[in-house]
Amino acid sequence: MSTFLVQRLMQALVLLLIVSMIGFAILHLAPGGPLSQFAAGGEMSQEDLDRITEQLGLNRALPVQYAEWLWRMLRGDWGLSYRDHQPVLHIIASHIGATLELMLTSTLLAMLLGAWIGILGAIKRYSLFDSLATIGAMIALSIPTFWFGLVVIYVFSVGLGWLPSGNRYTIGDGSFLNQIHHLIGPCIVLALVSTAVWSRYMRSSMLEVINQDYIRTARAKGVPEGQILLRHAFRNALLPMITITGLHVPTLLSGALVTETVFTWPGMGRLFLDSISYRDYPVVMGILMFTAVLVLLGSLIADLLYGVADPRIARNG
Amino acid sequence: MTKHSNETIRSTFPMPALHRREVLALGAGGLLAASGLGARAQTKAAPPPPAKPTGQVVVGLSQEPTAFNPLMPGIEVDETVWMQLFNTMWLADPQGNLMPDLAAEIPSEANGGISEGGLVWKVKLRAGVTWHDGTPFTAEDVKYTLELINAPGFKSRTRVGHALVKDIKVTGPLEITWRMEKAYAPYLALLSNTFIVPKHLLEKASDPNTAPFNSAPVGTGPFKWGTRQPGDNITLVANEKYHGKGPYLEKAVLKYVPDQTALYAQFRTGQVDLIIGTGIPANFYEEAKKLPGRKVVMIPNASLEILMPNLENPVLAEKAVRQALYASINKQAIIDVIYYGTHKPTESFAPQESWAYNPNLPKQQYDLAKANKILDEAGWKRSGSGVRMKNGVPLEFAVSTTTGAALREQCQQLMMQDWQQVGVKMTISNMPAAVIWGEFYTRSKFQSLLVGTAFRTVIDPDPASRFASDAIPAKNGSGANQMQWQNAEVDKLLKAGQETFDQAKRKEIYWKLQEIAREELPILPIFQYAPIEGYKEGLIGYEPNINARQNTWNMGSWYWAR
Repeated sequence: MSTFLVQRLMQALVLLLIVSMIGFAILHLAPGGPLSQFAAGGEMSQEDLDRITEQLGLNRALPVQYAEWLWRMLRGDWGLSYRDHQPVLHIIASHIGATLELMLTSTLLAMLLGAWIGILGAIKRYSLFDSLATIGAMIALSIPTFWFGLVVIYVFSVGLGWLPSGNRYTIGDGSFLNQIHHLIGPCIVLALVSTAVWSRYMRSSMLEVINQDYIRTARAKGVPEGQILLRHAFRNALLPMITITGLHVPTLLSGALVTETVFTWPGMGRLFLDSISYRDYPVVMGILMFTAVLVLLGSLIADLLYGVADPRIARNG
Repeated sequence: MTKHSNETIRSTFPMPALHRREVLALGAGGLLAASGLGARAQTKAAPPPPAKPTGQVVVGLSQEPTAFNPLMPGIEVDETVWMQLFNTMWLADPQGNLMPDLAAEIPSEANGGISEGGLVWKVKLRAGVTWHDGTPFTAEDVKYTLELINAPGFKSRTRVGHALVKDIKVTGPLEITWRMEKAYAPYLALLSNTFIVPKHLLEKASDPNTAPFNSAPVGTGPFKWGTRQPGDNITLVANEKYHGKGPYLEKAVLKYVPDQTALYAQFRTGQVDLIIGTGIPANFYEEAKKLPGRKVVMIPNASLEILMPNLENPVLAEKAVRQALYASINKQAIIDVIYYGTHKPTESFAPQESWAYNPNLPKQQYDLAKANKILDEAGWKRSGSGVRMKNGVPLEFAVSTTTGAALREQCQQLMMQDWQQVGVKMTISNMPAAVIWGEFYTRSKFQSLLVGTAFRTVIDPDPASRFASDAIPAKNGSGANQMQWQNAEVDKLLKAGQETFDQAKRKEIYWKLQEIAREELPILPIFQYAPIEGYKEGLIGYEPNINARQNTWNMGSWYWAR
């Protein structure tokens, strides 16, 4: 087990290094730079722009800039945002709360709902419920998130006035209920797609399991149907779900870009979008590395959980 | 399609939505005298401002303010925050008059504040001003600010004008003098946009670039720094010891909503009290005007939508070509069809509200026959493909603008169709904003650009940084003459305009400059911006100001009618 862990961690470090190199190169080689926003205003002279370029070290060779960045990063200094003049870690930390709140709620909702729909669909295959669930999932998967978000706002905020049209809370009212009220809209939008995906995975993996010999054996032995489903089928059907969840962890923290933008949710997704459009290199690289670590961590955890859920796959030694 | 005649648009300026009640309220905010509207306001008194700051206003912005040291690089929207926290020595009212703020009076040659032909400046400062932390404001702060801007390691936003300042001397607790390297009239305007920062806090920092002050600024303005939720909002609180009138609001919240449609939706549903800056998208204008409980106004703005040719491009270098292109732009169609009639055509680089604006420039007529004639006479012959040729060179060039700017993209298509009819082949080469505004723009790597930009120095009509021959960055100049326009007579006029402080003389100079620019067409002006801002009824004190970069310039005097 420990050898496995060490191996995986070594692999992870190499991967992180490669990710950082590619990310850094792509970001810096893309045309345009962080000073373009000031140039657009037209109030800065070329001299001013050149001076700031020099002060930010942007006129140095790319490998030099990368080496400097890596050295600082290794010492725990993620740099200062060009836009915000704040430490990158500080900026990421200030956006993660909003993203966690939104993603955890919607993921929980989608998992419970998705698992329920999937299991029920598998047990009652080709029933009316199953057909409706299938059609519903297809529709949900094909709806563009952006459009659906706007529809929710249009119908429930502008039209009916039931929900706020965005934001995390009403300014001047930080109560818990107020925050829940604001969560509903973006949660519906985010959960819709995840529920559809999860219900499909759950259904097919459940179907696979309930046609196995051991289920038939259990049924022949007269084990109650409820027990068969819960103890034997569900546990095994969960295996593929663990992988999917493991890979979902990073999106939990890197945020839902589109939904956060439509609902003006101040989370990581929007921070990433803003930072890219501004070419705020330190922040983009910070989020990139943060997400890369999460992806690696997510898949590692999924691998370890595999062993817990199904001892046959557990690694020895 | 919304049809607006020129006259309707014009009649809505300069302050379309100021009704009697608000005008009176402005008086209460101390702006009545300055705005010169006092005589018109007679009946029905506006409710007086509250005795103690009460209530809050939520200002919706489509860009997020992020830089809070007002001397460091920031984008325009950052000024909405700076204006509340800090003060300048003087500021301009909507008519362009300078009003003293931290200074006791505006230095001029008449009052002796400016002497030796503009070389020596002396400013007397207002007494009784304190920083938000209670420390008194003195001439030392002004000296520190001007020196910090020029300090070698400091990432100052701009040193234009400031680099000329030498020998700064504090001659009394509230008096300061300095010497200019050369006479430079626009410096008055530049100082109207230079916020004074506290010496006692910044000098303590080991590096002013990373000082704690930069994320918790302390100023002398009507509001104090409150809290910031990054990506969401900034909350400012009333400075009850403010030296001016107000503030009347207990809290001012600057709310960031990146998507303009979402921002408009929040204005509709009442989550934001007003939309300023980029404003309400033109396609919602008609609907927004009918919203109950909301006031929607077209505001004056100094920016122009122009076609910016690169005069180094062999085709666009020819004056006749530019004149023909100009004659075949259907300005009115662009304004009416694409921009829902919300902007106004212009012939000048100067905003129409400016004292330097020349109203006598020849009016552009959409005339394809004339364009054809100009090109025929200039020797551009039609070839088999319909594209004109001269000496083997086809009359062909690219127009670039930012991808995703839907209205500009439509505008390009209209131009393309018109120009095709006169034998000009236009291609579209659009790129993301960060690319367009990078070296592509600053180093004049474009063929032509469709952009919105202003041609003045803060509020001063001086366009030297945009038009002078020594301001071409692609030729190692230090300005923003991306068109690469070179004209000896223009250079002479620009220099003369900077050296004299006499407004009448300067007006003459800039009128002449506008005539030359209209004839030579270093830029092809399409329209002057008139963005649409909106606010909740009952908000008193909001007043558009073309001479402020954001219409939160007087937020200290806003309050709600009760």
